[in-house]
Amino acid sequence: MTLSQLLPAMGLQAALVLALAPLLQGLIKKIKARLQNRQGPPLGQPYADLVKLWRKAPVFSEHASWVSRVAPPLGLVAVLAAATLIPTVFAGLPLAPAGDVLAVTMLFALARFFTALGGLDAGSAFGGMGSSREMALSALVEPAMLLSVFTVALATGSTDLNAMVAAGAAEDPAAFLSPSHLLALAGLFIALIAETGRIPVDNPDTHLELTMIHEGMILETSGRYLALAQLTHMVKQVALFALLANVFLPWGIAAGWSAGALAVGAAAFLAKLAVLALAVAATETVQTKMRLFRVPDLVGASFALSLLALVSGRVLR
Amino acid sequence: MDSGESAYLVSAVLFAAGALGSLALRRRVAVCNGAAHGAALLGAAAALVAALRVLLGGEALSVTLGQTFPFGPWAFRVDALGAFFLLAFALSALAASGYALGYVREFYGRDFFALGAAYNLFLLSLLLVLGAGNAFTFLVVWELMALTSFLLVVFRHREAGVTRAGFVYIVMTHAGTACITGAFLLLFRATGSLDFSAWAAAAAGGTLPAGVRTAAFLLALAGFGAKAGVIPLHVWLPLAHPAAPSHVSALMSGVMLKVAVYGLLRFLPALGPAEPWWGAAVLAAGAVTALLGILYALVDVDLKRFLAFSSVENVGVILLGLGAALSLQGLGLPTAAALALAASLYHVLNHAVFKGLLFLGAGAVIGATHTGNMDRLGGLARRMPVTSFLFLVGALSISALPPFNGFVSEWLTLQSLLALGLLAPSAVLEILAPVGAAALALTGALAAAGFVRAYGMTFLALPRSEAAAHAAETSRPQRAAMVLPAVLCLALGLAPGWVLRLLTPAVAAWTGAAPVAASGWGAAASVGALAGRITPGLLFALLAVPGIAALFLLRAAARQRPERLGPTWGCGIAPTPRMEYSASAFSQPLRMIFRQILRPRPELEARHEVSPYFACYLRYRTEITPVFERYLYGPAARLLVEASQRLRGIQAGGIRLYLAYILATLVFLLVVAL
Repeated sequence: MTLSQLLPAMGLQAALVLALAPLLQGLIKKIKARLQNRQGPPLGQPYADLVKLWRKAPVFSEHASWVSRVAPPLGLVAVLAAATLIPTVFAGLPLAPAGDVLAVTMLFALARFFTALGGLDAGSAFGGMGSSREMALSALVEPAMLLSVFTVALATGSTDLNAMVAAGAAEDPAAFLSPSHLLALAGLFIALIAETGRIPVDNPDTHLELTMIHEGMILETSGRYLALAQLTHMVKQVALFALLANVFLPWGIAAGWSAGALAVGAAAFLAKLAVLALAVAATETVQTKMRLFRVPDLVGASFALSLLALVSGRVLR
Repeated sequence: MDSGESAYLVSAVLFAAGALGSLALRRRVAVCNGAAHGAALLGAAAALVAALRVLLGGEALSVTLGQTFPFGPWAFRVDALGAFFLLAFALSALAASGYALGYVREFYGRDFFALGAAYNLFLLSLLLVLGAGNAFTFLVVWELMALTSFLLVVFRHREAGVTRAGFVYIVMTHAGTACITGAFLLLFRATGSLDFSAWAAAAAGGTLPAGVRTAAFLLALAGFGAKAGVIPLHVWLPLAHPAAPSHVSALMSGVMLKVAVYGLLRFLPALGPAEPWWGAAVLAAGAVTALLGILYALVDVDLKRFLAFSSVENVGVILLGLGAALSLQGLGLPTAAALALAASLYHVLNHAVFKGLLFLGAGAVIGATHTGNMDRLGGLARRMPVTSFLFLVGALSISALPPFNGFVSEWLTLQSLLALGLLAPSAVLEILAPVGAAALALTGALAAAGFVRAYGMTFLALPRSEAAAHAAETSRPQRAAMVLPAVLCLALGLAPGWVLRLLTPAVAAWTGAAPVAASGWGAAASVGALAGRITPGLLFALLAVPGIAALFLLRAAARQRPERLGPTWGCGIAPTPRMEYSASAFSQPLRMIFRQILRPRPELEARHEVSPYFACYLRYRTEITPVFERYLYGPAARLLVEASQRLRGIQAGGIRLYLAYILATLVFLLVVAL
């Protein structure tokens, strides 16, 4: 891949992800509202929110250091870099040599590190609580998420995301009903709920200190920096959805650069995002938020499901 | 004698000269400081030259200095494996010695010369141990290393707890040395020689009996494990590393622990082809060490003790790579074993660099505030900007975040564990290896949590004590010395191909196969059916280019709507340092989640006047049960003391009794001899 092909491809993928992220957030909110018998905000509301926030002047704590100024843009850049490594519409990403699924996880960890530092920077108890809970829970979620991805990686023999997606797309669709696959999908879905901070792990809609983990860390962020922080959360959400969708349900993904294949790939991707949005919204509506110290049990369940997926994959081979 | 050998000898001479000069100049402390640490700097540079000469030139260097004892000559041989560890040593010693020029000014006094002398002798012993060519030389220099490091640990003996730390350290290190000596003696009895190369030749011939091999393996694992800080033999680490002066802690954590790993790597081929359970034993030891190490680190509020436990965790990660290499070697998969060993060695170098940086930074903080308790620090990012930035680089590297070096070695270790899972024929290994990889990911995430806490509590928000509020930036030599490891953290992370090229000769000699295919900027793990790639340089570009664009956008927006400052929201109350999260508060969720392992014991005392809901006095204390000290070492020590007191009964004191003992011994010896 030459530089002249690399940069447009990188730019296109980043633009796609940035454009879709607020729409996905709006879609989830709309579905949740409808399930709860409300009208809900319009689909494009998150775009309007981001523009409004960008136009406001930020207020920083007088005790905050340069970390508070650097954390929001660095977090966005890190999750965007991770998102460019995950196949969305097209299976053979040009940036594949840059990183595999482990690199994606570590880039999310980089964003989380700086967001947590930003939470501690202002010296408020809310930020400290958010950072402390976020680091503790993410430490538990990361191995659960990785184990379910390892199930697929071991089956395809590579941690490279392009290879995993391509191998999955080439396989017989009936293979997706195998217990190993379904169990790993369930495990990753629970890990996805935890990573994106949705009920039952965290409530993304309130600012009550007892329920907020992610919101606590960005409580002192305001103005255009808050726009960046919210966009980071949305991009991370779409990236994780793309990861789950294309690794476990890779049908329809474009294998070549032809217009027809790309159109089918785009439609398939949007359809998968919509289905996942429905699943997440339904989970949020049906479940209540768990007590903080029950969340490790939930993550343990995800880990156990992935472990069962590994065992059943080996036993049933 | 070629340039590598002369560089090695020059290095040794410089360290010795530094020690002697320190003794000679003991009356003029400033000159003594300059002479001792200047000599150490030059010696470290010479060691670096020697290491690079061997690694890039391909020829091992060997020096024999005659024979004074009948056990063997003083033979030194630095091959590719030793040279790689020598490289890590040289880089750490450069940073620590430069740092010491500014740091030790607070120790100026009557016995200052002892610090310079012991430091140089410590460096000399580390240099020589990495090149020891036979078992006798190795043991002598090993003991020198133990004694000099003991002197350095107890240098600040007037402070509370330091002498106890030194005592525990000297006992544990000698217990370890006893095990190592036992292993060496077993091999001496079986092969008749103390030379390492003679052992390797005998092992290739397959002449060692199985019992001897098992016993030697267990003794070596125990002995080198005690020195490396493997759980449960780690109890000296969190005592000794905080007690020593910070530049010494940097060397102990960064180099001395790795010298134990080097010893294990040097010794294992002498036992012949690895048994399958050896790899599993090392893997299990590594996993337990990594997990427990980071858990105990997370609940500690002393900055240096936190870093010491973090070193325990990293030794566990190194052993995970080593165990995977042993297992894969035993399964007859040398290419995969090469990948695992490369991961382990890469982490050795990385840890020396970033742990050295972190300890030097911690020393700067403690020097400025006179406290290492994170609950008394804070707000230092404003007062010590250079130190805080460099400490952040170290924290990012140790948390395995791209684009720094920790990310590459963690990635390689995860890939080698996955390779073990993919290529192992047994179903158990196929399931346990990915679980092990997930456990490694857990320790990595916990380490990140720990370092968010360490950096956040020490440097961010408001100062929690007067001392922290009046801290000043450190001296110039200290800042300059910390820049080298920080730059290396980034360089070693951006160019993994170069580092892998440096460690290929060592890996090839040990496993018989070359490790991963790697170009200058990328690292790839292609082992049989497993394939994966990272290119940290590309990741850096992916981060830097949009990052700079984002900063420009923010700058443009700031011109129209500039930022304002305001007080932190505290529900309407003016913020005070008491409202901030403390280090013990930050780790409370993890304390709760892992309470079965950590066994915290909280004590809450509350006094009220009117109603229990309005307490006027609250005292909260939480303590982690010291499991190993209480249930392992305490009973063992008590048993030992009891046994000694029983044995004292034979010392009744009467001379006639002692004469009777002599007669009885004589008769016994005559009977046995005849």
